[in-house]
Amino acid sequence: MSTANPAPAKLRVATVSLAGCFGCHMSFLDIDERLFELIEHIQFDRSPLTDIKTVGLCDIGLIEGGLCNAENVEVLRAFRANCRVLVAVGACAITGGLPALRNHLDVGDMLQAVYGTVPDDPELPLPLNKVHPIHEVVRIDHSLPGCPPSADAFWHLLQDLIAGREPAHGLIRYD
Amino acid sequence: MTTPSLETAADPQGLRRIVIDPVSRVEGHGKVTLLLGDDNRIQQVRLHIVEFRGFERFIVGRPYWEVPVMVQRLCGICPVSHHLAATKALDRVVGGWPVPEAADKIRRLMHHGQIVQSHALHFFHLSSPDLLFGFDAAVAQRNIVGVAMAHPEAARQGVMLRKFGQEVIRITAGKRVHGTGSIPGGMNRAVDAAERDTLRAQLPQVLAWAEAAVDLAERLHTGLPDHLVGFADTPAAMMSLVGPGGAMEFYDGTLRVREADGRVAVDGFEDQRYRELIGEGVKPWTYMKFPYRLALGPDAGWYRVGPLARLQNCDFIPTPRAEARRQAFVAAQGGRPVHAVLATHWARMIELLHGVEVIAQLLDDPAILGGPLLATGERQRGGVGIIEAPRGTLIHEYEVGDDDLVTSCNLIVSTTHNNQAMNEAVRSVALQYLDGQTITEPLLNHIEVAIRAYDPCLSCATHALGQMPLAVTLRNARGEVLDHVHRSSRGDTVRGTRPHSAEAAR
Repeated sequence: MSTANPAPAKLRVATVSLAGCFGCHMSFLDIDERLFELIEHIQFDRSPLTDIKTVGLCDIGLIEGGLCNAENVEVLRAFRANCRVLVAVGACAITGGLPALRNHLDVGDMLQAVYGTVPDDPELPLPLNKVHPIHEVVRIDHSLPGCPPSADAFWHLLQDLIAGREPAHGLIRYD
Repeated sequence: MTTPSLETAADPQGLRRIVIDPVSRVEGHGKVTLLLGDDNRIQQVRLHIVEFRGFERFIVGRPYWEVPVMVQRLCGICPVSHHLAATKALDRVVGGWPVPEAADKIRRLMHHGQIVQSHALHFFHLSSPDLLFGFDAAVAQRNIVGVAMAHPEAARQGVMLRKFGQEVIRITAGKRVHGTGSIPGGMNRAVDAAERDTLRAQLPQVLAWAEAAVDLAERLHTGLPDHLVGFADTPAAMMSLVGPGGAMEFYDGTLRVREADGRVAVDGFEDQRYRELIGEGVKPWTYMKFPYRLALGPDAGWYRVGPLARLQNCDFIPTPRAEARRQAFVAAQGGRPVHAVLATHWARMIELLHGVEVIAQLLDDPAILGGPLLATGERQRGGVGIIEAPRGTLIHEYEVGDDDLVTSCNLIVSTTHNNQAMNEAVRSVALQYLDGQTITEPLLNHIEVAIRAYDPCLSCATHALGQMPLAVTLRNARGEVLDHVHRSSRGDTVRGTRPHSAEAAR
């Protein structure tokens, strides 16, 4: 893991968006050309950026978005089981975020209002009654607040983890 | 034109179900199910959107001025499109339409930054692996890291083009993702001259990269093997905004619909009256609605939006470099409308070049540095805002009560307009490549390639909470599950039946 090692093993990083908007993934990509430096040290596992469909054994899992349906819960548990370090990324993962504004509404009534008739196919995962932050279901090792967290926050977190350091808590923003 | 026999198998019981779940290298979450009969004959193919977030409902009751900031969270990839579509609708509500010249130009600058960053992201980060390496390349290579290893210059140009677009957004909206700035009636900030100058200094290089991006997309398209030139060729009507004289227009214009054969069917249709043009259908197996032209009804009235539609719906592009590229595109098709889905990538890069040209013009315009930024007028009950988002026409409609609280909200996002078109494309590919075949991972990727060309934003399409997995399902004609194929954690294909109530898909 040390960068001094001439042939360091790359850290495996998985990313997922649960009930999020992909804004956190976009902010991660806002490290811009530093991406090319980063991929010297990491390798992507399951991520919207790859075609790997389920998460394998990983060093780091970055999770964007809260939990809004049964499938989100299943994916979150798979990440926890497979990732050594799990990071809650952004307002939705940490608090439920804007989608949690539906928590004072009845899901059935809401589906009725939006669709007239409620989609009820077995292929559709069951919606949860409320949107939940991920720490209510699994243990989280670190969090990056913000909507979204800044690109620099992603950068420094990953630099710390690559170097084997405990991540410093800087660059925190909440807007 | 539609293929309802493939949308719903006559007797789904017992057909073999294959699932692509999740659809990857797209934004958001969806899955594709295929049902196969005996001899692997395709009986049913569906693209499902599996999540629901309920924005249209929980916006109701909020103060209207919160809305342009809230609705950005529909989508972190084109937040500016939602930000501006909402404020355009609310401009009407506050009586502040048209907005002052400075505000109009700053908004246009922000929006074209959005077009550039999103198109660069889509082409280079998400789709280019399919085009550069082939649809059946190893899973491990089919991503931006693989592109960076094999084609470092292309990868770098993509990253730098996206960076430029994001920086245009940052200097107009304050933040790259989920910024602010556009408010009902105008803008709350002008552009800082020093930051403007920093961007202007980069323009010669950025224009060269954009030209190179069109070259690359054109070269990849014209180099396609014969069997891929017509890949997912699904004739469809085309809808987009157009500007004066039929110019390509991304920020504000009137609606035009062109039939699949190239005839203009509807023109000059005023945005505020969109409900007289478009209806929305619902199907029980997806959270994404099915918009259609009211005049033709839900079965025949579907259409396509996005780069391929826009490029062929407009009469010209009002910037010289992109217009020259449009003419080359049209000439290469022999002047006939093209509906083959991979041509979308070429069209998208021409739009990216146009976006950079518009940004260059606006950065030269002193109006963006200031002047009156806000207009007010007589309060209205409601308003409609329509914009051409990167993925196509985006509609926001709001009504607001006397107490300033939103009383109703309807959103038709770009990917929703393309719902039927994407389903048709997936069925076309399934028939062309999967019917009667033993299904393999590379064959399944053909389906994803077709979906990807639409650059679907499945997080905003559902206004939904979260994730879109893509899955493919096959069954026999009696509805029996013959086989089940899904992808393992490493992306390879795993075979086996899945006894599950989901097998009894309607």
